[in-house]
Amino acid sequence: MASQSQIYAGAFADPVFAAQSVFRCLMDGFARPGTIKHLETTGTPPAPLSVAAGAVALTLCDHDTPIWLTSALGKSAVPQWISFHTGASATVSKTDARFAFIEKGAAFPGFDQFSLGTQEYPDRSTTLVIEVEALTGGQVLTAKGPGIKGETEIAVKGLPDVFLEFWTSNRAIFPRGVDLVLTAGDRLVCLPRTTRLSLKEA
Amino acid sequence: MNDLATYNFAYLDEQTKRMIRRAILKAIAIPGYQVPFASREMPMPYGWGTGGVQVTASILGPKDVLKVIDQGADDTTNAVSIRAFFQKVANVAVTTRTKEATIIQTRHRIPEEKLTEGQILVYQVPIPEPLRFLEPRETETRKMHALEEYGLMHVKLYEDIARNGHIATTYAYPVKVEGRYVMDPSPTPKFDNPKMHMSEALQLFGAGREKRIYAVPPYTDVVSLDFDDHPFEIQSFDKPCALCGAEDVYLDEVILDDKGGRMFVCSDTDHCEDRRACGHAGHMLAHQEAAE
Repeated sequence: MASQSQIYAGAFADPVFAAQSVFRCLMDGFARPGTIKHLETTGTPPAPLSVAAGAVALTLCDHDTPIWLTSALGKSAVPQWISFHTGASATVSKTDARFAFIEKGAAFPGFDQFSLGTQEYPDRSTTLVIEVEALTGGQVLTAKGPGIKGETEIAVKGLPDVFLEFWTSNRAIFPRGVDLVLTAGDRLVCLPRTTRLSLKEA
Repeated sequence: MNDLATYNFAYLDEQTKRMIRRAILKAIAIPGYQVPFASREMPMPYGWGTGGVQVTASILGPKDVLKVIDQGADDTTNAVSIRAFFQKVANVAVTTRTKEATIIQTRHRIPEEKLTEGQILVYQVPIPEPLRFLEPRETETRKMHALEEYGLMHVKLYEDIARNGHIATTYAYPVKVEGRYVMDPSPTPKFDNPKMHMSEALQLFGAGREKRIYAVPPYTDVVSLDFDDHPFEIQSFDKPCALCGAEDVYLDEVILDDKGGRMFVCSDTDHCEDRRACGHAGHMLAHQEAAE
């Protein structure tokens, strides 16, 4: 049982302006995929949720957005913390979830197990918030697509080997598909479903 | 200080902002697709830019500098009242200068000045569905977007050519975004369509009455629909602006008297003032100064 202080503390000190500044980082991140955004104001979520992932939850989740948590997160104080501060309830059904949170190093369900939206309503898809080891220093991937001038590089560290395969099949079903927020500490990188990733040719 | 109850920052409550923010993120992830959202009643009637106002209110922060234009002008009723609204409910810095603004809310124009990376353009949209006048049923237009079935739009443009010899659509000229969704650029003159293509600025569209939000991320393909033998063309003007002498800008016709007198001036008032401050003068500006 999580201690009460873990659950009731740790939200934004100034909810209106903190949510606004985190949202602008997310919006700018999705508009310019691959850019690393540094969150200036965050809360202090219970472990193992990272500061940035907690800030995303506080900014975007509420009673309209069922959330899916990995089993490790589900056993921690995280579901009660999110539910107390945002009103969002956890769901076991991946396809019902509007947001999914995955902690560092957790096993990775295939993206197609989540809600992908429909051809008529592609916006009704899950946004995955995935904590990684670091946003730099990993395998270099070339990113192209809307929001990217020419091409850019991302080198996220701590993604499983199957990531690129998952992402390529997610891109192939456009306009359906999930969107990703990759977090590390108080930083994040956004990958909308439009971004095409490939291994950088040596 | 007074004791009157104050509004939440930027008027909207936080739950509404979250709902709109989620819609904006999905809109950016699916360029040109119209995301339904639960549009709120605003303290102004539908048709006065409630969609744009809700988008602006949801993204606006204390560090932003807001500019509002109505048909390119900073000093018309709609622009003045929306600017005053945000000064009142968000105490935000406002400007009329395009260069200084971080958020520009617009009704039916894109500024002449090239927008840059730090800027966000928010459009007020009356009818977000480009196919609506061709197919009134939402269930059908949604299916047409889902199947990428845009033949009807080409038929409409073809009929323009059959009747008029050229594509007679001059505003709300349909565009295809990133090779997938056909989108209504809002009733901007088609003159502005090329500015949407590969824009450095993020473009957000809000339709309050129709309850839709859509977006064009920066560096995104925005192609005006056309035919090989009738390529897309923008309007051109015979004369430069009568006040600042600018060419290659969108001009408004102003009737001067009841004897057929008229002048053409920049629709973008900030651009025109900027040019005049730099010493550019059109033929009627010189005339005016001589008369004084």
